[in-house]
Amino acid sequence: MAGNTGSIVGVNGNMITVAFEGAVSQNEVGYARLGELRLMSEVVRIRGRHADLQVFEDTAGLGIGDQVEFTGELLSVELGPGLLAQIFDGLQNPLPQLAEQCGFFLRRGTYLKALPRDVRWAFTPTAKVGDKLTASESLGHVPEGIFEHRIMVPFGWRGTATVVEIAPPGSYTVEQCIAKLKDEQGQVRDVAMLQRWPVKVPIEAYAERLRPTEPLTTKVRIVDTFFPVARGGTYCIPGPFGAGKTVLQQITSRYAEVDVVVIAACGERAGEVVETLREFPELTDPRTGKSLMTRTVIICNTSSMPVAAREASVYTAVTLASYYRQMALNVLLLADSTSRWAQALRETSGRLEEIPGEEAFPAYLESVIAGFYERGGVVRLKDGKTGSVTIGGSVSPAGGNFDEPVTQATLKVVGAFHGLSRARSDARRFPAIDPLESWSKYPSLVPTDMVESARRVLRDGNDVGQMMKVVGEEGTSLEDFILYLKAEYLDSVYLQQDAFHDVDCATPAERQRYVFGFIDRLLQKPIGVKDKAAARRLFHQLTQATKDWNRAGMGSTEFRELEEKLDKLVAEVS
Amino acid sequence: MQKVYHRVESIAGNVITIRATGVTYRELAEVESRAGTSLAQVIRLNGDEVALQVFAGARGVATDAQVRFLGHAMHVPFSDALLGRIFTGGANPRDKGPVLNEGLIDIGGPSVNPAKRIIPRRMVRTGIPMIDVFNTLVESQKLPIFARAGEPYNPLLARIALQAEVDIIILGGMGLKHDDYLFFRDTLEESGALSRTVMFVHTASDPVVECLLVPDISLAVAEQFALQGKRVLVLLTDMTNFADAMKEIAITMEQIPSNRGYPGDLYSQLAARYEKAVDFDTAGSITILAATTMPGDDVTHPVPDNTGYITEGQFYLSNGRIEPFGSLSRLKQLVNGKTRDDHRAIMSGMIQLYAQYKETIEKQSMGFRMSEWDVKLLKYGERFEREMMDLSVNIPLEQALDGGWRLLADCFEPIESGLPSKLIQRFWPKTAAVTAA
Repeated sequence: MAGNTGSIVGVNGNMITVAFEGAVSQNEVGYARLGELRLMSEVVRIRGRHADLQVFEDTAGLGIGDQVEFTGELLSVELGPGLLAQIFDGLQNPLPQLAEQCGFFLRRGTYLKALPRDVRWAFTPTAKVGDKLTASESLGHVPEGIFEHRIMVPFGWRGTATVVEIAPPGSYTVEQCIAKLKDEQGQVRDVAMLQRWPVKVPIEAYAERLRPTEPLTTKVRIVDTFFPVARGGTYCIPGPFGAGKTVLQQITSRYAEVDVVVIAACGERAGEVVETLREFPELTDPRTGKSLMTRTVIICNTSSMPVAAREASVYTAVTLASYYRQMALNVLLLADSTSRWAQALRETSGRLEEIPGEEAFPAYLESVIAGFYERGGVVRLKDGKTGSVTIGGSVSPAGGNFDEPVTQATLKVVGAFHGLSRARSDARRFPAIDPLESWSKYPSLVPTDMVESARRVLRDGNDVGQMMKVVGEEGTSLEDFILYLKAEYLDSVYLQQDAFHDVDCATPAERQRYVFGFIDRLLQKPIGVKDKAAARRLFHQLTQATKDWNRAGMGSTEFRELEEKLDKLVAEVS
Repeated sequence: MQKVYHRVESIAGNVITIRATGVTYRELAEVESRAGTSLAQVIRLNGDEVALQVFAGARGVATDAQVRFLGHAMHVPFSDALLGRIFTGGANPRDKGPVLNEGLIDIGGPSVNPAKRIIPRRMVRTGIPMIDVFNTLVESQKLPIFARAGEPYNPLLARIALQAEVDIIILGGMGLKHDDYLFFRDTLEESGALSRTVMFVHTASDPVVECLLVPDISLAVAEQFALQGKRVLVLLTDMTNFADAMKEIAITMEQIPSNRGYPGDLYSQLAARYEKAVDFDTAGSITILAATTMPGDDVTHPVPDNTGYITEGQFYLSNGRIEPFGSLSRLKQLVNGKTRDDHRAIMSGMIQLYAQYKETIEKQSMGFRMSEWDVKLLKYGERFEREMMDLSVNIPLEQALDGGWRLLADCFEPIESGLPSKLIQRFWPKTAAVTAA
């Protein structure tokens, strides 16, 4: 389809209308010519001989009659070794390289190759001549950082591929042919390490999709114990501004027990990305001892970068995440924030003059959000191993009101809901996940009945607290008052966690089970004190000691001493 | 190619439509009519139909107006000659100075590559304890002041501008009352800061389209100074007027409104401006302070709400004071660990005590009995408001911290303060008992 061109007949913001002659397909990529520049754009609607394209760049300077070249390809990303530790924009342009070429500012119309073409990778073949393989089965592998990066039969391969020729061990660039494969029609094709995949199409080259059941430890206590996330599951974090969505996501990206983290900074502040960008290379991953950056890919399309590319960025991110899943790795995708992505859809829809749905979001908002979260999941690969993509999306509801369309559409399709509340963040209770409103459908790493009884204490304690506001402390019975203190205790020593403390910031699964066991026993225990003042004093002491306990390294002398102190405090009153 | 078109097809609001060819998107045109000459910008192309937004407003534009396309997009002159000058939103001189037209630069340029930004690390000293101590302003931060109409946000902006140690001040006024414009001009002039200031002022009586240009022009100029290594402070007041101007144009263009009539791209439009705040790797910086008035004192109104998601914190101005609750500087952690050892402890300790004071006030108003502790809190809270929160207080950070310790010592026993004992040993005033007596 080379040489298929059209000409512009209308410009409205980042939307151009193009008259074309040949065949054009939906979501096909086109380049609008502006002098020397070629501005990337995507077909979003076709009407008769006119196609509407959203341009991924500023459209200033385009005029009627300017040429648009259609490529015949859908918006695609490059997959291959060299993606880890990279920083891309929403269209997979590597930002550091772009800075080298263009200086301080992003320059429109400049597109670079996502994967370096001159780097050589040490390839070890595993397939043999004559092997019959299908899409996504291994041909060999190369080392990439801490992983064995699988080189696979291209995901789009139809039917079986017979290995005709395979390269001997040695170093190759991503574009060099490493195997010749014959398809069912007898045609022989060259295969390189690099393959391209359209971002809006899910990768489905696996044996079967499984139910997510295994917990993913994020090391945030309130999440892992109360509102757990499963490997291959999905969750969302809605919250008003300033409630700590981004801090929570940053903590998770550092400490979560997964192999690869893909961060999609979608329409948010550039400053936050910069913190990740500059700090991650300095931080070590406790699991591997290497820099955190070696397991991270950042897709960054901040709020001032072109809106249409923002929409593409979440798809780019999920495609890269799925690629590493195909190597039997556990991948976590953090999208901050999906509301900005939904707003990008709204802007496009508005320019297309589509009939608006609620709050002017397009009517297809729900199905688009559902389609995105459905790309998460745990799968059994063709070699029997499993890999997963877990998706955590933050949502920024207008006015902090969870009734708005994006939050509601998201809640329908995720497995866990971590709702952040303004009241908790104002009271400096972090993480500000509301323990009464949030929920999760995944299994916790502590036994369910323990979680249930702890949640009952929280609920009942909260009820007593509400009542006390009306009748005062003097109108509350000692029994109820103790229940209230228990709930407050659980909240301050377990639900709250100090993100800036070296030990308290991340609690491993084993420690959570251990500490929660202690707390559970305490919550179950009847407390024998003579009056409210004594009860308050006791819980002050307990809170102080447990907080110190949280700050002590597990297994240290300090840890044991504090545990003894706590046991003694509890023994005295029961 | 100086072709002149003189048939206007339609006029709606400030947008006129003509039929023309060879026109490019965002190109400028000159519209000459009996009402005078004005610039206009192409905002939509549809076949040979060209929609133009007329900067001076379409009032008085006749159907036979002459439209001449200039072949370039909007740009502003940039040189050191800008300093000390005052311009309109359309970048024409508002003072009686000469017209500048050298070193033209584009406005609304591309965004900064995130890989070229650095983590901000320098504090901006303002002399206002509520900012310096409790919500430290950081160079390259973008921070709005949320206030009801009638709050003294403009004097506050002017004060910060005068006291902050920056090289260049750029004031972007949108929908400013003429009095406020004169206030800014006179204040800057009296303090001698006018010579390092550039003002782009759109007053409430100027054409609304010029209001839209103010942030872009101000920030484009700021960017050039920052690239020369200057530390630039940009004041934008009032961004709600800018958003309202956008709403007006969007509705004229028959765009589908999203929330309370505002266009669906409000977030992106505001972000494109605020994100110009930057600390360049190997060059200067841009700090943005903006005023955002909250219609009906409602923080969930689309303008403050979207702003809050974009900016790095906010100052709430209420009853002439910066409220400690709700106000937030997201970047303060980056600098307040390096100022003085007691800074962070004083910051959180004093606020927690003030929160307790607020509870006591509530209890008092409900007629509950005041305990000894309550009495102490009442004394503390009342002095805290007077000595720390009052906007007339103007002292450097170190003095404010010392004042904080003295205030605590006058009201409480050391252990009641809740501060770490190590700091108490070092900083608790030794003569406290005497002053307290």
